[in-house]
Amino acid sequence: MDLELLVLGDEGWGDEMLRAALVTLMVSLTAMGIGLFISIFGTLSKLSNKFYVRLIADVYTTIVRGIPELLVIYLLFFGGSNAVMSVAKLFGYHGYIELNAFVIGAIAIGAISGAYSTEVIRGAFLAVPRGQIDAAKSVGMNKFVIFARILIPQVLRYALPGLGNVWQLTLKDTALIMVTGLVEIMRQAHIASGSTYSPFTFYITAALLYLILTTASNTIFNSAENWANKGVRRA
Amino acid sequence: MNYELMIETFPKLLVGLNITIQLVSISLFVGFCFAIGLALLRLSNNLFLNFFAKTYVFYFRGTPLLVQIFLIYYGIAQFEFIRESFVWSFFKEPYWCAILALTLNTCAYSSEIIRGGIQSVSFGQIESAKSTGMSGFLLYRRIILPIAFRQALPAYGNEMILMVKATSLVSTITIMDITGIARLIIAKTFSPVEIFIVAGLIYLTINFIVTRLVNFCEIKLTPYLRRAN
Amino acid sequence: MKKYFLTLIAFLLMTISAAYAGDWSKIKIGTEGAYPPWNGTNAAGELEGAEIDLVRDLCARMNAECELVAQDWDGIIPALQNGKYDAIMAGMSITEERMQVINFSQGYANEPASFSVLKSSSLAALGHSGKVNMDALDGKSKKLLNSLKKTLKGATVGVQGSTTHENFVKQVLGDSVTMKSYDTQENLELDLSVGRIDAALSDQGSMEKFMESDKGKKIVFIGPGLGGGPFGGGVGVGLRKNDTDLLKMFNKAIDGARADGTLAEHFTKWFGKDISM
Repeated sequence: MDLELLVLGDEGWGDEMLRAALVTLMVSLTAMGIGLFISIFGTLSKLSNKFYVRLIADVYTTIVRGIPELLVIYLLFFGGSNAVMSVAKLFGYHGYIELNAFVIGAIAIGAISGAYSTEVIRGAFLAVPRGQIDAAKSVGMNKFVIFARILIPQVLRYALPGLGNVWQLTLKDTALIMVTGLVEIMRQAHIASGSTYSPFTFYITAALLYLILTTASNTIFNSAENWANKGVRRA
Repeated sequence: MNYELMIETFPKLLVGLNITIQLVSISLFVGFCFAIGLALLRLSNNLFLNFFAKTYVFYFRGTPLLVQIFLIYYGIAQFEFIRESFVWSFFKEPYWCAILALTLNTCAYSSEIIRGGIQSVSFGQIESAKSTGMSGFLLYRRIILPIAFRQALPAYGNEMILMVKATSLVSTITIMDITGIARLIIAKTFSPVEIFIVAGLIYLTINFIVTRLVNFCEIKLTPYLRRAN
Repeated sequence: MKKYFLTLIAFLLMTISAAYAGDWSKIKIGTEGAYPPWNGTNAAGELEGAEIDLVRDLCARMNAECELVAQDWDGIIPALQNGKYDAIMAGMSITEERMQVINFSQGYANEPASFSVLKSSSLAALGHSGKVNMDALDGKSKKLLNSLKKTLKGATVGVQGSTTHENFVKQVLGDSVTMKSYDTQENLELDLSVGRIDAALSDQGSMEKFMESDKGKKIVFIGPGLGGGPFGGGVGVGLRKNDTDLLKMFNKAIDGARADGTLAEHFTKWFGKDISM
């Protein structure tokens, strides 16, 4: 391990690695946001009465969870701009549209994260006892009120541990978007190890940075779980 | 989309299936064996052993597999004392580095799954086993582990699928698995989308088969829980 | 909630930038950034190398504002076709195979390729001498090639994937060696230095750079310097087939740089010798 290589400033790679860690965090947060956004529609579709709506959601989660993350990213990276352009053509825009590495990375990881979040949130919805909804109806609550006052608070509580796992997956999956050229932890470590011929130093540093990120977020999720569970009676 | 190219590519990619299946099955098998041990360490009362297991799981679950692969392949090779010792014949081969990285990784995840399974065995079952005179190894072999495995099976099925997907990363260390061959073909044809779609379909098929097999085992192991349709 | 979605959508739209074909006041140039001294990355995280200097030079001559985009080597041509950038300057040799999918400017540099091995290896006994032009094989160069083939028989040979070097090993050495393809030249060099592969084939300039480093000082070239044939006709700017106007601009700018000697200067500065053409 050669610590000299990790000094801050233009002589060493320390500041580059730290900046890359920030990019990892940013892209993970964006991807998780996109994933949660997708999972709202994913869950609603999976719980829908219409066969085709359910089918579309099932196909989405099966495909995204069944093929390697690396391939999802490559496919979006090489095919994403073309797909967006063909959509834009439908709306009458014929110029060239380019998605930058951050956006492509966030969308790719978001799509993966969304498939896992969908399953977690769907499970949490189903975990709310039917009796409670019937009871809410019987006291005259309408659909919206039931959703806001009965379902959401409980779904959130049931889903939190699962979402914590999805977050960890998402965070680690961002290592793969190095292939899009986005300089996050993994790409920076790859570049630095190549340029200095010191792979051990930089991959250990990368591992430590990921551990710091996963540990910190774990702590946050744990306290969130405690907060969400504060009204629950325990044996 | 060039369908002709996709059809041409398909048999070429299947050549890599062999390596992919080898990597998955060896690392899952070895990883699972060690995972049982690790889960028992994690549940033991010995503070040191418990701490060791906890640290191991913490490291391998907290870092991306890609980092682990690069560290084992490029990182470890930097130490002269390793290159001069007998272990070098192991670390020299990308194949064994890949197996090692995948095994260590799945071991950490599987041990948590098994631990969950063991903890789900109800106290009553253990108590009644003890009351008939079972203890120690016999208790584990006959009562705790079988029940724990049944409990852990769905989660372990997910882990198997994650491992199939994870093998695609070994193409970064010169191994010619399905993804590695796909990259090679792309270098010739310059059409990544078509070729990665075909590769994706192959992985999807493998995972579909794995899912069916796990479902089949679940039903076989708990016929009494089968729903009447 | 609604507000959050609107901001999210606005953010996504903002990052979508639009450019129009035919207007070359702004050019995006793709490079690898892992192939020193052609194009590498320094400790400040910036791209540097002979081609990076050349990009600045050529862009000034074309009155264009250039942006460098780092792209992994194995996707560098598909990403050009996809429009991620408009030109490739990444030590890419002009070959028939690549000409089928993209255009090249005139060549701006040419560097022979050579095999390299560890000094301690038995293969090092072959020594490093002679030159072989694969386009014009005479008796002497055939002899050189044959002794090279004989020496390498049964060896594990590393190359960077999707390169002319990979093509040479496949076409000329074929099954007599075990070939390993690496994602970057730097990883190839690392594995050669630890003895995972018996020999590496690469261009001499980049390997010489590695030989200057601590880990690379135990490496030597063997066999002849190789060029022509599968190695192509020098390194040029890769361009999309239909951007013929951009091709003309690059050709003219390279002419200019060659005429006033700056082209030679850039390469001499980074390679320690003039490999421009």
